[in-house]
Amino acid sequence: MISCEEAVRRLWQHLELPATDAENALLDAHLALCRRCCGEAEFAVELRGVLRDLPREELPPGAAQRFEELISRLEGRG
Amino acid sequence: MTAVRDATAFGVLARERLPALYALARRLLPEDPEDLVQECLLRAFRRFGDLRDDVAAERWFNAILVNCAKDRYRAAARSPEVPVDPVDEFSLFRTIAAADPFPYSDSLHVDFLCRFGSEDLHAVLGELPELYRVPLVLVHMEGYPTREVASLLQVPVGTLLARLHRGRKLLERRLWDYAVDHDLLKDGDR
Repeated sequence: MISCEEAVRRLWQHLELPATDAENALLDAHLALCRRCCGEAEFAVELRGVLRDLPREELPPGAAQRFEELISRLEGRG
Repeated sequence: MTAVRDATAFGVLARERLPALYALARRLLPEDPEDLVQECLLRAFRRFGDLRDDVAAERWFNAILVNCAKDRYRAAARSPEVPVDPVDEFSLFRTIAAADPFPYSDSLHVDFLCRFGSEDLHAVLGELPELYRVPLVLVHMEGYPTREVASLLQVPVGTLLARLHRGRKLLERRLWDYAVDHDLLKDGDR
């Protein structure tokens, strides 16, 4: 069976790159027996959700105005 | 397609993309997002003939923005590799469990994350070295496939995965340090 360290590394990698069936099986086998890594897995998903759901910064009005002026100038060049 | 049509079409697409471009620029270069977007618009205008299908405009503008950011990092010679130890060995999950900052909580780890407001998270992310922040932003925040980010950043997939791993570990460490430094661990404060 893979170690806890390896399991945690794979947990995140599974969120980043599709894994093969064999790789999934190795991780599933570890999680079936290791309660702590199940907690790590849930936490990884939570942390990723926090990052994904972080609100986007809004465009400040002053910057929007300056971008508009730039785009208008570029359109004039066309 | 005439030059006038090109310039007009560019204006329409650029205006549509502005809010998202600015938001991405804030994540890639927090200290100067406006300048980064301006540079991106100028570069995009010069290369507008390369955009064959307006449907691809989002990815096309974003790729130019990422390249502008990369040039900035390179020019500033920033973002050195972070030494492997002790960052790679840090586990936020285990640290929270060991410290047990909210003894009456049934969901200790979720409660920890809930202590962070948007400003706190932006502050922590903004302090990460670009080398690690950019992959995290593109993969975990913007939802780009890992292989596409590797291609965009012109690095092998294995290198990108290593940077994502290191970036996550740095993020975990800095979330903990930030929570300690900013009194986010006091039970019942928030």
